[in-house]
Amino acid sequence: MGLQEKLRREARTLADKKEAKATPESKAARAAEGRGTYKAQQAAATGTSEKKRRVGTKMVPLPSDYIVPERDAYLTPALECRHLGIDFGGLHAVENFNLTVGKTEIAGLIGPNGAGKTTVFNLLTKVYQPTRGTILLDGMDTAHMSTDKVCQLGIARTFQNIRLFPSLTVEENVMIGLHNQVRCGMWSGIFRAPRYWLAEREFHRKSLELLDVFGMADQADAVAGSLPYGAQRRLEIVRALATDPKVLLLDEPAAGMNPSETSDLMDNIIKIRDQFQIAVLLIEHDMDLVMGICEGIVVLNFGKVIAKGTPDQVQANPQVIEAYLGVQDEEA
Amino acid sequence: MIERIKKMGRASKSDLITYALVAAAFIIVQLLLMNGVITSSLRGQLVPICVYIVMAMSLNLVVGISGELSLGHAGFMSIGAFAGVVAASALTGFIGAPIPRLLASMLIGGILAGAAGFLIGIPVMRLQGDYLAIVTLAFGEIIKNILNNLYVGIDGAGIHISFTSVGALAMDGGKVIINGPQGAVDIEKLSTFAIGFALVVFALAVILNLVRSRSGRAIMAVRDNRIAAESVGINTTKYRMMAFVVSAFLAGMAGALYAMNYSSIVPKKFDFNTSILVLVFVVLGGMGNIRGSIISATVLTILPEALRPIADYRMLLYAIVLIAVMLVSNSTHLRMLIDSLKARLRRDPDDDGPAGEAPEGGENVG
Repeated sequence: MGLQEKLRREARTLADKKEAKATPESKAARAAEGRGTYKAQQAAATGTSEKKRRVGTKMVPLPSDYIVPERDAYLTPALECRHLGIDFGGLHAVENFNLTVGKTEIAGLIGPNGAGKTTVFNLLTKVYQPTRGTILLDGMDTAHMSTDKVCQLGIARTFQNIRLFPSLTVEENVMIGLHNQVRCGMWSGIFRAPRYWLAEREFHRKSLELLDVFGMADQADAVAGSLPYGAQRRLEIVRALATDPKVLLLDEPAAGMNPSETSDLMDNIIKIRDQFQIAVLLIEHDMDLVMGICEGIVVLNFGKVIAKGTPDQVQANPQVIEAYLGVQDEEA
Repeated sequence: MIERIKKMGRASKSDLITYALVAAAFIIVQLLLMNGVITSSLRGQLVPICVYIVMAMSLNLVVGISGELSLGHAGFMSIGAFAGVVAASALTGFIGAPIPRLLASMLIGGILAGAAGFLIGIPVMRLQGDYLAIVTLAFGEIIKNILNNLYVGIDGAGIHISFTSVGALAMDGGKVIINGPQGAVDIEKLSTFAIGFALVVFALAVILNLVRSRSGRAIMAVRDNRIAAESVGINTTKYRMMAFVVSAFLAGMAGALYAMNYSSIVPKKFDFNTSILVLVFVVLGGMGNIRGSIISATVLTILPEALRPIADYRMLLYAIVLIAVMLVSNSTHLRMLIDSLKARLRRDPDDDGPAGEAPEGGENVG
């Protein structure tokens, strides 16, 4: 717990610096100033003209065309990506990905197959380390962190192809999600110290509480692998929620669900957001779900953001229509 | 009491059955010993049976519960064995009573084996799957070869260690404890069946308590799905290492007990074949099934002894039993038959303890 607090504090000071830079007014000045002193040092060291260097500097704006729900406008965004990119060999799988998700926003990430949506999730959760760019999680920089560290900082996800712990029970799956919420070391576990019993009671109570959100408490003792498909998807969301996230990433939560299950899921996502006050970023191909609950939408194609906006804006965007349906024939 | 048992979860009930089974086995063996039914050759096997049970359970922690195929388990056993022998000699002056001295030696053997497990774990835990298996095999052989060249003696000045020859020990009287490839000689026979049984119970408690705790769930999560485990904030390396080190520690304790059951012991005893033998116990008893490991280690250690009368054919029969058990435990038809029998037995809803006769394969922990 101490480590986490320390990490957070460290990251916050880092992020503060970054944010100061990011404010449009101060940005140019700061950058120029920073450059200036750096240049001055360089000039002093090498003797080249300071003026000559400055001419060559091309200033570019940091992306500032973010939209977030009005209620979140004055809060630190839950998630910010700046110029995020990753290369696989020579392929730019994701390039210049910029996104801001408000503190309690439900955001959608859509795009045709192979657009790089899941790669973005893998970047956010550090399954891949980004080649370029910054990810700020609640204002904290996550550079060089491992998957388990960023999870401790508050990012949780579900998977496109369900990844539960199939041989364990439903309750144990949630308990594993609670891993960093309840503490009990190896020794107290082996010797069944009083700490162990307290921790186990806490694990039990919290996991049932979380399962209750989806009405799954009565299935607590079932083996996770034997659950029906829809229940497995729900359990994955519960497990992700158990890590006490600030951002919940859902990778195709409605895949393989029928319309009535999908509409239940939509209600549940909104319920989760309201109850836990967290941000949700979801990848989904079911447009009824995306257009129904997402407040902001980002469209990705070939690793690049091609459109951003509210559902209405995105639906009207010609580039989005082109990406999904192809170029319209002029004569038709 | 019965009310409490009824209220317990499935897992705790299964654990209770395992403890009961071990306790019952101990009582039965004690009764048989008192009546002199057990032959002397079988009596000599009692401590090795306990040792192999602990070996199988500890390897099961790595192979079945942590999900890493380790082929160098005998290496940790040998570290425990030789460290234990040296410790027992060195402690002669301090602890006179044999049982505390044996326990202290076992603890030292276990700690050294655990430390070796940690050191080996640093490179090994960077690997997965087949690569991990092969590297553990290599480390097992390295340990054996180091012990083959280890000379340890003790005299008034303390412990002397050399890697070249007995002469290089520069001993002033005293006695040589470990003599290179000839191994440890003149070992004081401290091991008893009671201590062996105590070690089994201790190892069983350590493993079951670990598995039912937060750390154990993390270990199983890493086994079931590494990526998902990482995504819920589990440091996978830490928990794989935890299983590996605890397993090495228990193997070291078992090794110390094993060594002190004989008057001499050679490093060659702890080679690849021993690692595989223990792995056979684990696979036969069922991956992740602790009770199964206990049963299979017992049966497969007694079997060659029990078959001694048919001398020439005994290893053949041993092999056939192995094949038969593997086939039977993996047959779907038979599994279905057993399941339907169980379902019929379970008409009483409280009676869901799976009978502990046939070691069954599968992922269940018990």
